[in-house]
Amino acid sequence: MSDKQIIDRLTNAFTDVASDGRLHSRLAALAERQGLLAVSYHTVDSPLGLLLLAATGEGLVRVAFSCEDHDAVLAGLASDISPRILRTPRRLDEAAHQLDEYFAGKRRAFNIPVDLRLAHGFRRSVLEHLRRIPYGATQSYAAVARAAGNPSAVRAAASACSHNPLPLVVPCHRVVRSDGTTGEYLGGPEAKRALLAMEAAA
Amino acid sequence: MTVSALMTRTRDAVLPPFEEIVAEHGPVVMRVCRALLGPADAADAWSETFLSALEAYPKLRSESSIRAWLVTIAHRKAIDQRRGAARRPQPAGDLPEIPATDPASGGESSMDDDLRAALDVLPAKQRGAVIYRYLADLSYAEVGELLESSATAARRSAADGIANLRKHFSKGAKR
Repeated sequence: MSDKQIIDRLTNAFTDVASDGRLHSRLAALAERQGLLAVSYHTVDSPLGLLLLAATGEGLVRVAFSCEDHDAVLAGLASDISPRILRTPRRLDEAAHQLDEYFAGKRRAFNIPVDLRLAHGFRRSVLEHLRRIPYGATQSYAAVARAAGNPSAVRAAASACSHNPLPLVVPCHRVVRSDGTTGEYLGGPEAKRALLAMEAAA
Repeated sequence: MTVSALMTRTRDAVLPPFEEIVAEHGPVVMRVCRALLGPADAADAWSETFLSALEAYPKLRSESSIRAWLVTIAHRKAIDQRRGAARRPQPAGDLPEIPATDPASGGESSMDDDLRAALDVLPAKQRGAVIYRYLADLSYAEVGELLESSATAARRSAADGIANLRKHFSKGAKR
């Protein structure tokens, strides 16, 4: 036996591929119990493509479309919140379930705690207002700016929508242009049209 | 993100999500834990290693070698675990432990068992040098630090360890 063969055999003898998933969920559970898990995340399938869901101990903190680049979104969470981030499907189960129901037309409002810490100042006021726009309704950017306390900040209101950390759950898709066209959307204009059509039909 | 990319970043650069660290280095840490402690205790040591790492992670200097850092933690956990096991009173009439076998290794398991046993009876420095150099892929300088000796001594221990393992197998072949 050559040295290389011995080293390869050694590597092989101690490699354990079978328990990877089990070890990871155990680590996540222990980390959560010891308060060492700042952000848990999971990715779920949806009619709008793969969605990244991320939560802190306070609630859902980020929903991201795949066009936002999930790796970049996670890197952003590591710098904005904490790098103590693990994939933890269980902590996102309820959010994933409610999103499924929403896409199936069986849910009109989300009943999950949200953590708006990624939005500050006026943007946060906008998001808080957006949460009150009911299912199937739409509002103009100008009306949103007014409702959020600054009628002249129409552009800032639009910017708050385009930087919404929680699309779908905080329904920025219900904000449209004053001329009635749908306008921009984080998940692309087509996704926005599809959501508005789905809500109008329900 | 690769480790080399990590290491070239400046000190206050942002650390990647810990999930990336687990995904990239989990298998290596598991090999080291299994080699140091055997399959029965390896899972606990692996979890303990990553829990400690997760706790210290936000303060980690981003240019440090993540793998060497994790292996160092695993090394200390293994020492703690062995001390703990030695202190634990053995109940009278305790049955001898059944050696845990590796379910993943299938048909060649007896040869792997043989190799594991041969590694276990190497002198401590040789065993450590083989594990940290070849299973963890650390540099001789890093191995030397872990074993509280020098890079030169680590290189010699690793070579002696491999030579002893080879001798074991050539003896086995003659049998």
